[in-house]
Amino acid sequence: MKKMKLALLSGAVALAGSGAAFADAHGGVTACLITKTDTNPFFVKMREGATAAAEAAGITLQTYAGAIDGDVESQVAAVETCIAAGASGILITPSDSRALAPVIGQAREAGLLVIALDTPFEPADTADATFATDNFEAGRLIGAWAAATLGDAAADARIATLDLNASEVSVDYLRNQGFMTGFGIEVNDPTDIGDEDDPRIVGSDVTNGNEEGGRTAMENLLQIDPSINVVYTINEPAAAGAYEALNAFGLTEQALIVSVDGGCPGVQDVAEGIIGATAMQFPLLMASLGVEAIIAHAADGTMPENSEGLEFFNTGVMLVTDQPVDGIESITSAEALELCWG
Amino acid sequence: MSDSPQPGGQDYERRLNESAAAVAEFEHTPRGFLGTVQHVLHANPTFVPVIVLVASIAVFGVIAGERFFSPFNLTLIMQQVSIIGILAAAQTLIILTAGIDLSVAAIMVLMSVISGKLAVTLGVPAPIALAVSFAGGIAAGYLNGWLVTKVKLPPFIATLGTWNVFFALNLWLSGAQSIRGSDIDEVAPLLKFFGNSFEIGSARLTFGTLLMVVIFVVLWYILNKTAWGRHVYMIGDDKEAAEMAGIRTDRTLRQVYMLAGFICALAAWASIGRVGSISPQSFYEGNLESITAVVIGGISLFGGRGSIMGALFGALIVGVFQSGLRLAGVDVLWQVFAIGWLIIIAVAIDQWIRKVSA
Repeated sequence: MKKMKLALLSGAVALAGSGAAFADAHGGVTACLITKTDTNPFFVKMREGATAAAEAAGITLQTYAGAIDGDVESQVAAVETCIAAGASGILITPSDSRALAPVIGQAREAGLLVIALDTPFEPADTADATFATDNFEAGRLIGAWAAATLGDAAADARIATLDLNASEVSVDYLRNQGFMTGFGIEVNDPTDIGDEDDPRIVGSDVTNGNEEGGRTAMENLLQIDPSINVVYTINEPAAAGAYEALNAFGLTEQALIVSVDGGCPGVQDVAEGIIGATAMQFPLLMASLGVEAIIAHAADGTMPENSEGLEFFNTGVMLVTDQPVDGIESITSAEALELCWG
Repeated sequence: MSDSPQPGGQDYERRLNESAAAVAEFEHTPRGFLGTVQHVLHANPTFVPVIVLVASIAVFGVIAGERFFSPFNLTLIMQQVSIIGILAAAQTLIILTAGIDLSVAAIMVLMSVISGKLAVTLGVPAPIALAVSFAGGIAAGYLNGWLVTKVKLPPFIATLGTWNVFFALNLWLSGAQSIRGSDIDEVAPLLKFFGNSFEIGSARLTFGTLLMVVIFVVLWYILNKTAWGRHVYMIGDDKEAAEMAGIRTDRTLRQVYMLAGFICALAAWASIGRVGSISPQSFYEGNLESITAVVIGGISLFGGRGSIMGALFGALIVGVFQSGLRLAGVDVLWQVFAIGWLIIIAVAIDQWIRKVSA
């Protein structure tokens, strides 16, 4: 684990340099980066990573983005443009895990290496590879941290989960079920949120991943049980909203909030004690590793490999907290501010 | 033609004597129960939402019990619906003119981001930042009104366009990144003014809740007690007739859109207090939620009919359903399901009431 931490800390900064060795040899290579939007800080960071890696390696990078999350048409058009432009490979965060399959098939038939970033296709082998955060592991880390922080009190914890939305997409249930597992709660169906029988769980509600939803959901759950003392949140904006609700109820002292993402405002919230711990993901690394994989494939046909035991290549996740616990590796909020995205 | 007139008047006059003598009489045939209900509802458009609201509070009071029925929870519901409620007030103005405004929530979020960027990021004094956001709201409303009255776009299309434009500007200005609550507290606590609250017993009212109520009362007065308000109804009922009656309809319409834009800017200020931070991702479907509140409140989408108070009741009905179902432990997808049926039933009732004869 120590090695991984070092790799992540140095990787984000130094990765751009490691591609330099390829520079002259791969001048003619073109790579495409297609994100869901070009406004979300997560994707902005992704583009930074790809751009830096491409510049270092001396290859051409073309970037495309949909107008909003769910804008499939723009992404289809972008893939077609990349095929027509004779690109060597495509890095894409699919706006729809299924709808893009046909055009991705065309790209692969045309000999392009297709790597899904952050969001896997369904099925995952629609693309040649997936470079993503292990969202289950992200949830597991914050769950384990919460349990360790509570110590013996974990046996009587009162837990609220603030999830994404009614569709229960994969990132939603993976983080939730990871948290349950990390906390030591037995999960039933690992793709279903809220089917656990553990009496420590007060309930779950949806937030749409924003502050307003986080606040309302937390208020609703506090109405069910005002003694909630562990709050899992799908992302940091939802966590900020939950904190506002606890604050209005005068209960900020009693509850531990944990979250996932590693956006800069979220890391700042960890520094100020609003969020107890968050699991950081590394969009910059996803993109820069993706660019390197395309270069390697263009050179000698090397295919990217999945991480052991996973259906994708894990680009890493790191616990951020200022109250570290034994047995779970973490970085401080100050260190994390250097690495956060957005 | 006969020379000698016959006694008892002329022939055609005698015929007249035999025919009905009453002039233009209304028939008072009994309407039956349903007909009477239809008439009462036609005359009092807020009856349905008030009945639904009271009934739903009673039903959830029984199902979810004390936790739901407590003054604390009931005031919490008011707090939760306050932002959508204020947007619904703006939406009602537009819908009364037989229009629709898809951009209300986008104007609101954009104005909250503008005031936050100015006050928190650039250090502009908070009152000035808020004044700029009010001016921005009015300008955004003017743009909508201009597109509708000058460019002659249907309101649906005009505001569909501006919704996207305002949303994109919001993402661009904010970088899709929230401005954190503690940063606002530090630099410009005035932006969170409407998040302050006071307690009466176990009830907790935020200033934002009060703002919502005040906005509704003021608009109710304007719409019912001023000439301008009657003009708004008339334009929605029959724009050509209003024009012939001498109302400057296009000018009034633009004023309606500007007033709606201003209310959206007020909602922006209130939303910062409610959410606690300035969040460009929040309220993405606020436009649809405001329309939901308006139609559940018995305000006709065809314009010219309905009371602004209906929108307040409509917003509260949605809040009561969400809170009640939540406390009863019902999965969130069934809340969505229930709200969907509420909309369909509300509009169906409106259609039925509109069929009333005289």
